[in-house]
Amino acid sequence: MTTTEQNIDKKLIEILEAVSDPEIPVLSIMDMGVVRSAVIKNNKVKVEITPTYSGCPAMDVIGDDIKTALEDAGYEAEVELILHPAWTTDWITPRGRKALEDYGIAAPLGAEADIDVLLNGKRIVKCTNCGSQNTRLVSQFGSTACKAQFQCDDCQEPFDYFKCLK
Amino acid sequence: MNTNLYNYILGIADNSLILGQRMGELCGHGPNLETDIACTNISLDLFGQVRGYFQYAAKIANDGRTEDDIAMLRKERDYLNVLLAEQPNTDFAYTIGRQFLFDVYHLLFLTELEKSKDLTLSAIAKKSIKEVRYHQRFSSDWVKRLGDGTEESHSKMQQAINDLWTYTDELFHQTEADKAMVEEGIGVDVTKLKKDYYEKVSTILEQATLEIPESKYFQKGGKEGIHTEHLGFLLSELQYMQRAYPNMDW
Repeated sequence: MTTTEQNIDKKLIEILEAVSDPEIPVLSIMDMGVVRSAVIKNNKVKVEITPTYSGCPAMDVIGDDIKTALEDAGYEAEVELILHPAWTTDWITPRGRKALEDYGIAAPLGAEADIDVLLNGKRIVKCTNCGSQNTRLVSQFGSTACKAQFQCDDCQEPFDYFKCLK
Repeated sequence: MNTNLYNYILGIADNSLILGQRMGELCGHGPNLETDIACTNISLDLFGQVRGYFQYAAKIANDGRTEDDIAMLRKERDYLNVLLAEQPNTDFAYTIGRQFLFDVYHLLFLTELEKSKDLTLSAIAKKSIKEVRYHQRFSSDWVKRLGDGTEESHSKMQQAINDLWTYTDELFHQTEADKAMVEEGIGVDVTKLKKDYYEKVSTILEQATLEIPESKYFQKGGKEGIHTEHLGFLLSELQYMQRAYPNMDW
């Protein structure tokens, strides 16, 4: 139960990669790290996903989208939500981090840097628009539970920062 | 069914449900947009945690009730939340004060609950700790900002802390279900959290230039289902859809 290894059948990777986070459509759920296992048994697929934040409303939609994608590919699918081990932002893949940045959401920093940024007003989050680090926290809570609001003091653009969850 | 475990889970979950509902009341009414969003995000986290607890409780009850039934179809006396959680949003200082006094407790409680022998409770706790850390940062930050702010914000924050202080001792009161669960290695011995709690709260209040209330008069009863008059009004709103359209689904 304590393993953080993913157990995903190779045949299913391509199908699951095509499912995206409804809040961040450029980000595949695979790159998000929410799929913990996907195994085929007699043409029946069992998928385990883990929520990013407990109250994330996207999880129900993600579950339904996975089911639809697998059924379109000819499988019978069952999706289960598991809480253990708890999701961490470390599970977002490098490709996922890049997709976030390209989309205009600053990728999560490490745990200590995150505290510096959100509590101590340190200016190290890079603006997703101009790349400047002259940015400041506007609010610890943003448009969704997983994000904080920032503003760049060089180009003046507001942007979201994906909070570190460890 | 294990009645003690069931009641124990309701006690934990109801705190988050009722406080989540209170924070949710700020939706569209926060003092500014950022704070409005922050309060409703905290509410959303709490409701998310509640779902985990109630799904588990429904499994234990095993009588056909769902998580929604447990959340929506109980009477006032059957809710086991602490009195602190149900106190109204009198003004923003009360909202923040209530959140702060609960967050400090919540984080200490979850840190212990993670060590529970019960794997489901431990998993929910582990997940929730990460979120509650952000809540505590937010509320502590505001207590300091208001306490160490203008004369008016200082006096309002002090008044809120003074009034809400009456409800803090109940956090460390043990019910029969609590005691039974502690014995089984499932529950948290809340009496052991008291010292750390008042130390942490005092540190922040001092940083906020606020006085630590001296009151020795405390209220309790919520954990046994005896509530302040505020809960009934809160429930009538929370349960409105189920009362107006019984058995509705979404």
